[in-house]
Amino acid sequence: MKRIYVNEDWCLGCHLCEYNCAFANSGEADMAAALKGKPLFPRIHIEEGDKICYAVSCRHCEDPLCVKSCIAGALQVKDGVITVDQSRCVGCLTCVLVCPYGALAPNENGVMQKCELCLQNSCGEPACVKGCPNRAIVFEERSAVL
Amino acid sequence: MKQYVIIGNGTAAVSCVEGIRSIDEKTPITIVSEELYPAYCRPLISYYLEGKTDRNRMQYRPDDFYETNGCTVLYGKTAVHLSVRQKTVTLSDGQTLSYDALCVATGSTPFVPPIPGLETVAKKYTFLKLDDALALEQAVTPDSRVLIVGAGLIGLKCAEGLSTRAKSITVCDLADRVLSSILDNACAARMQTVLEQHGIRFLLSDTAARFDGNTAIMQSGEQIPFDVLVLAIGVRPNTALVRESGGKINRGILVDAQMRTSLPGVYAAGDCAEGMDISCGSSRVLAVLPNANLQGFCAGVNMAGGTKVFDNAIPMNAIGFFGLHALSAGSDRSDEPGGAVYEESDGQHLKRLFLKDDNLTGFMLIGDTARAGIYTSLIRRQIPLHTLDFDRLKQTPTTAAFSKETRKKAFGGAV
Amino acid sequence: MNELYITPEFEVVRNENRCIACRVCERQCANEVHSFDETRGVLRSDEIRCVNCQRCVSLCPTHALKIVKNNCTLRENANWQNATIKEIYKQANTGGVLLSSMGNPKPMPVYWDKILINASQVTNPPIDPLREPMETRVFLGKKPDVLRRGADGKLLTDLEPQLSLSMPVMFSAMSYGSISYNAHASLAAAAEALGILYNTGEGGLHEDFYRYGANTIVQVASGRFGVYEDYLNAGAAIEIKMGQGAKPGIGGHLPGAKIVGDVSRTRMIPEGTDAISPAPHHDIYSIEDLRQLVYSLKEATDYKKPVIVKVAAVHNIAAIASGVARSGADIIAIDGFRGGTGAAPTRIRDHVGIPIELALAAVDQRLRDEGIRNNVSLVVGGSIRSAADVVKAVALGADACYIATAALLALGCHLCRTCQSGKCNWGIATQRADLVKRLNPEIGKERLCNLMTAWRHEIMEIMGGMGINSIETLRGNRLMLRGIGLSEKELSILGIMHAGE
Repeated sequence: MKRIYVNEDWCLGCHLCEYNCAFANSGEADMAAALKGKPLFPRIHIEEGDKICYAVSCRHCEDPLCVKSCIAGALQVKDGVITVDQSRCVGCLTCVLVCPYGALAPNENGVMQKCELCLQNSCGEPACVKGCPNRAIVFEERSAVL
Repeated sequence: MKQYVIIGNGTAAVSCVEGIRSIDEKTPITIVSEELYPAYCRPLISYYLEGKTDRNRMQYRPDDFYETNGCTVLYGKTAVHLSVRQKTVTLSDGQTLSYDALCVATGSTPFVPPIPGLETVAKKYTFLKLDDALALEQAVTPDSRVLIVGAGLIGLKCAEGLSTRAKSITVCDLADRVLSSILDNACAARMQTVLEQHGIRFLLSDTAARFDGNTAIMQSGEQIPFDVLVLAIGVRPNTALVRESGGKINRGILVDAQMRTSLPGVYAAGDCAEGMDISCGSSRVLAVLPNANLQGFCAGVNMAGGTKVFDNAIPMNAIGFFGLHALSAGSDRSDEPGGAVYEESDGQHLKRLFLKDDNLTGFMLIGDTARAGIYTSLIRRQIPLHTLDFDRLKQTPTTAAFSKETRKKAFGGAV
Repeated sequence: MNELYITPEFEVVRNENRCIACRVCERQCANEVHSFDETRGVLRSDEIRCVNCQRCVSLCPTHALKIVKNNCTLRENANWQNATIKEIYKQANTGGVLLSSMGNPKPMPVYWDKILINASQVTNPPIDPLREPMETRVFLGKKPDVLRRGADGKLLTDLEPQLSLSMPVMFSAMSYGSISYNAHASLAAAAEALGILYNTGEGGLHEDFYRYGANTIVQVASGRFGVYEDYLNAGAAIEIKMGQGAKPGIGGHLPGAKIVGDVSRTRMIPEGTDAISPAPHHDIYSIEDLRQLVYSLKEATDYKKPVIVKVAAVHNIAAIASGVARSGADIIAIDGFRGGTGAAPTRIRDHVGIPIELALAAVDQRLRDEGIRNNVSLVVGGSIRSAADVVKAVALGADACYIATAALLALGCHLCRTCQSGKCNWGIATQRADLVKRLNPEIGKERLCNLMTAWRHEIMEIMGGMGINSIETLRGNRLMLRGIGLSEKELSILGIMHAGE
């Protein structure tokens, strides 16, 4: 299955992925209208360390701890993609507690949101991948790194 | 005919079905359900009272779950006897089921101590099941004064759930702080403040000595009038079925890493089971939903002839009241030799990391809970701290503190 | 008044209705033009630092930015123009030699733009490159004057070493140090994919790039940085750099600050030392001396590799080229005065040298006149900007062209002409790790391949129009060119007729 992968060698730490993500999931047609003057709640975030940076979003694990841990049955796997049913989520943050990648965070209302590979919005392909200026985020099929 | 039997119909039972079906798609499964409902999200009963969810959304699995998975559910029945030799269970209605592999997922029962005068209380409830929530929904009116005995997770979630429904809510506990089994003094005080800001009154280091109708007479002598009483003192694992058949029991039914009990062909999972907690190195009942799910699945796979090991169980609690979240995992072993605590606190947020030797054994975060799972994974995977940049990690949970090889594995391929 | 304030050259215009304060501009500007005002929640600009590299404009997700020329006007006149006055102020402020980079920006004539290409009509019909084969491959090196046959009557094919190019374009010398590792990686990988060559420049060859040897020209310049036997044998050809179009008469200069890590190791000089190439090769004061170096290099490489001698286009270039053609060199590379550089004294860049078009025409004619044209191939550079320039250069007599500025543009360069600062926001002319990583060589390679593929298509299209199906047939075919708006003298040097003749 195609997933989002990052290459920290090419990540510039420009944070554009966060803005492209928030915009893609805003339902607005214009980025300024969607994001201007508002706090940002992206589904991808940049991790920055000593001279390294890279984007982190849901890894769509094959054996997802978040799905198994969800107390509301709000997280599910469909065709390999982990999605959240926001109407069921009660914002308990158990998924935040268990995700080893720190990939999950709630939205402005305390309800969980997560990377769903832009399958649910009109972007068509992951907005973070499309907008990355240096191909540090790619959307492709890979096996596990051994 | 070959069949699997699961006693219980909660989270562990459902994931046990999923575990079985990941290996064996055909063999029938019979589920014995004491409750009259398909599996629901039990931790949501307080959210139900709060109005944040409803019965429909509380379903743990889609309506056709049992049908699709070839399960027969016997509602309103319990298992009363287990014969390991004959591989049969006898149900409360006298029916006998034979099994090839059995999973005991019987959960737990509220502990109700014999407090004098309890029989004089008209409206008294426990708070563990959907039926409890439905009963409270009927019993509590805007004029109700609610007294909750027990300031543990169940008692406080009940208080939160009822906070807008009742006139007043009082919570008492013999411990000197709320959530005494999970939180230390500082964290507990922070949570208590938030609950108090929402009108919940606390009587700590004090509990009901006896009841007289609608009045609780406290150990301190204080008299608390109430209309509805909720007993949330604790729960006890339902171990009788296994115990009476000679299975090994501690607090819960003892299981190994494959969820096998000491009885051949009998597995146990969920709140009734007691397995190894790797964060403290001894066996414990880990009565939280994630563990029930993981244990149930593991039991199911092994029941169906597969091989699955669940050997990294730790306590994990996501507790939230009125928007303030406390996430904790693992154990505090800081008082043991080689133990240490890293602490950050600014009044709003609180962080405590419990260390022992070269490992993180537990943590507690209040307020800023972002990316807490990175800490949890350090405990579950027992990652030696010298292999990463812990000075950085202790300030912010970030995978950037891991080595390049670890990051490559985590982000460079399918996981 | 100690230092005179010099007004910024550019103005950053931010559309506040569009700006979402994502701070991409701030993070991406190594010159620190943009900064975030936490209290007001808006971005500010310090325009005095802006070099107009357009990095922020390109990455701004809401297209809220534009950079315009500052119209704060000095009282200029035709003689004392804005830039001239500011240069005086700068020198009065600092006492320094003015430094610039990239090519000569002065409004000197660009002869490529005054030359027009022919096309066939009615007779000698044009060829459709989409339907018929079209050859753009060229071979560089000495060619025999006559066909020779052996005793058995078969052709003798024991030629001097040749370079084979899929099209008559190569990436010219840019040293590792002046440009980044990733820029080199992009050029090397693209050269390999395209079947052409790139050039190491004078900074040696990074160990990672030895694997691109078959597509590499290794350069030997007056500083001899990074030159040793393995290096000479690593490439497909060796280039002796006598001069560079952007700064004829002076050597390269890479400041110590850029001689770090791999750059130091590759150049084989200590970290932090300035890499100053002498103006002359201290062992070359005559064509005979040059011949010694040419043959030293041939000896070191077993006579298997063609040797290129690169010279800047200067006044007596024809005579120089005639000498070089007799030195044993296989290829002469001539670099015109519009050629780029990572750093040059402004006065030299802007006032020394001659246009490549005139130099090429003069050299080709001189070598023909002297009957030694087949001794060498001619490669020309110094601002080849398009496929049309390539076609015109070939028709004027070039065997192939060198491009560098165009290649850098493909990699993202916006010609801000401040390479000398080392803070290239596009990751090209910098050694700062955080900036270097901005150029992903995978993307760089693709973009270079795209550019060259496009040019090759255009070259074939133009050739087809002229009824020519092999680039070899076009070489020196000046009848295919006509001048426009040129004087008799210019036409005579170029060896072409005026349009309408």
